[in-house]
Amino acid sequence: MKILVGIKRVVDYNVRVRVLPDGSGVDIDGVKMSVNPFDEIALEEALRIREAGNADEVIVVSAGGDEVQQQLRTGLAMGADRAIQVKTGEPLQPLSVARAFLKVVEREGVELVLLGKQAIDDDNSQTAQMMAALWDRPQATFASEVKLDGGKAIVTREVDVGLETIEVDLPAVVSVDLRLNEPRFVKLPDIMKAKRKPLETVSLEDLGVAVEGNLEIGSYEPPQPREKGIMVEDAAQLVGELKNRGLL
Amino acid sequence: MNTILIIAEHDGRELNAATAKTLSCAGEIGGTIDIAVLGHGVAEVAAQAAALDGVSRVVTVDAEHLAKPLAANWATETVALAGDYSHVIGPSTTFGRDLMPRIAALLGANQVSDIMAVSGPRTFKRPVYAGNAIVEVTVAEESKVVATARAASWKAAGGGGSAAIESKPAVAGPAEHTRYIGLEIEGGERPDLQSAARVVAGGRALASEDQFALIYDFADKIGAGVGGTRAAVDAGYCPNDMQVGQTGKIIAPDLYFAFGISGAIQHVTGIKDAGTIVAVNKDPEAPIFEVADIGLVGDLFTVIPELESLLG
Repeated sequence: MKILVGIKRVVDYNVRVRVLPDGSGVDIDGVKMSVNPFDEIALEEALRIREAGNADEVIVVSAGGDEVQQQLRTGLAMGADRAIQVKTGEPLQPLSVARAFLKVVEREGVELVLLGKQAIDDDNSQTAQMMAALWDRPQATFASEVKLDGGKAIVTREVDVGLETIEVDLPAVVSVDLRLNEPRFVKLPDIMKAKRKPLETVSLEDLGVAVEGNLEIGSYEPPQPREKGIMVEDAAQLVGELKNRGLL
Repeated sequence: MNTILIIAEHDGRELNAATAKTLSCAGEIGGTIDIAVLGHGVAEVAAQAAALDGVSRVVTVDAEHLAKPLAANWATETVALAGDYSHVIGPSTTFGRDLMPRIAALLGANQVSDIMAVSGPRTFKRPVYAGNAIVEVTVAEESKVVATARAASWKAAGGGGSAAIESKPAVAGPAEHTRYIGLEIEGGERPDLQSAARVVAGGRALASEDQFALIYDFADKIGAGVGGTRAAVDAGYCPNDMQVGQTGKIIAPDLYFAFGISGAIQHVTGIKDAGTIVAVNKDPEAPIFEVADIGLVGDLFTVIPELESLLG
C-alpha cells in the first residue's frame, strides 16, 4: 500500500506574523519557514504505519514554487521514500490543491492520504475534506487515533463534545489532529541521506489541473487590540472588581 | 436577492447554539434564510429551528442513515438542496468544519472558512495566521458562497419566530464506505467549553494532572467550563479536547479565568473574543497581562483557595 502525505510550507509556528502597512499581505520577508506542524504529525503517522509493515511506500507531496523543495527534503529526512513537487507560480487555494493531489493519488495508486487538519497560515481546514469529496471516498477528519485493519481504518476523531469513532474503507483521506502522535526529530545522517532520495517535479499542466473558482483575496488588517486592562493587588480586590462589573 | 441555506447542527434532540450564531451571520448577509435540518426523527429539532428569529422556512430531510452527521451522507443531501440557494453556510465547529468543505468541493466552490464579519453579500472578513491578521475575501459571482461562520464572532439569534416546516425525502442511500461506531463524551456534567458563559483555564504552572484538579474545583464552584493551554495538554495535565487556542477551541465566554497561563500567541488567539479576561500569574512580565482586563500577579496555588473562600 502507498501512503500520500501532504506537506505545506508555512511561516514557522513561533513567528509572530505582522500585517504589512499597505495591507497587501503579511510580512514574511526573511522569517523562518517550516513544515506545517499538523503535516509533520501526518507524516509521522504514515512512517509508523510503514514501519509496522502496513505500507510499502510513503510519498510526500507539496504544491508551490521551488522553495517548497526545502520542506519536501525535510519530509524525506524524516523518512519518506520519495517526494513530488506540484510546481505552481501562485499559491493554490484548497480546491485546486485537492484537485492536484487527487491527480497524484490516481497516478500513483495511493490507498491512504494523510493530511494535517489545517495549515497554520490560512487556517482553512478544507483540503482533506475536498479531496475526499472529489474522490468520492471516505473522510476521517481531526484524527487522534488511526488503526488499520485490512482494507479498513478505524479512526478516532476529536470533535467538540469528545471523541467520535468511525470506520472507513480504504482508499480514504484522513486529516490529523495534535494528539495523534509526536513527530520524530530529524538526525543529521538522515538529512544527508534525504539528499539522495528522489524528488520529482510535475506542473499543474502535466497533471491536467486548471486553477478556477478562486476566492479573490482583498486587503489584510491587524486584529483589533483589546482595551488596556487593570491590575489588582489580591484575591479580595479581584472578587470585588468582578462583582462590581456584575460578572460574579 | 440572496437565498441562504443554513445547515443545522444538532444531536438529534437539541439544536446546537452554534446554529443560532450562524443565523446571525446569515442575517447580516441579508436575504431569505432557510435552515436545513438533516437527521433521523428530527421533528423536535426542526421546531426549535423554526422558532428562531428571521428564518423563512425549515427544510427537513429525515432518514435513518442521516441519524449521525457523517459528512459523506450529509454532503450528498445538502448538495441536493443547494440548487435553490446562493449561499450555503454552516457553523465553524468540528461539525461544520468536517462537513462544509465536502459540500463546497461537490459544488465546485472554494470555501470561506470562519466568517467573522460581513462586508457585502459575497465579501467577508476572516482570520488567518491564528488571528494575527484579518483578510477580506470575495466569492466570484458565478460560484455559490459556501462558508462557515466563526461562532465566537456572532451572538445567537433570538427566538419568537414561526417558520414553516417542510420535509423533503433523502435523495441517496447511505455511503457504504463510512460507518459510525460511537461517541465518547468527555467532560461529564460541566458546561460545554465551546458554549459556556464562564470558563476557567489552567496552564503549565499547574505542574501535574493531580494539581489540575484545582481548576476543576474552582470551575465547578462558579459553574464554569474548563479549558487548558496546549502546554498543559501536551504535558498530560488535561485532555486534548479542553485545549483552547489556535489549534484547539476558539471560545468567547463572558468571563475567562487564565490561571498560570503565560499567554502564548497561539493560546490568546482562542480567547480574544472573551468578554472579560482575568489573568493570575506569578510572573509580572507574562504576556497574558497584555490582553487581560483584570490582572493579578500571584501564585495560583494560594489565589484559587482565597477566591474559593471569598466566594463562600
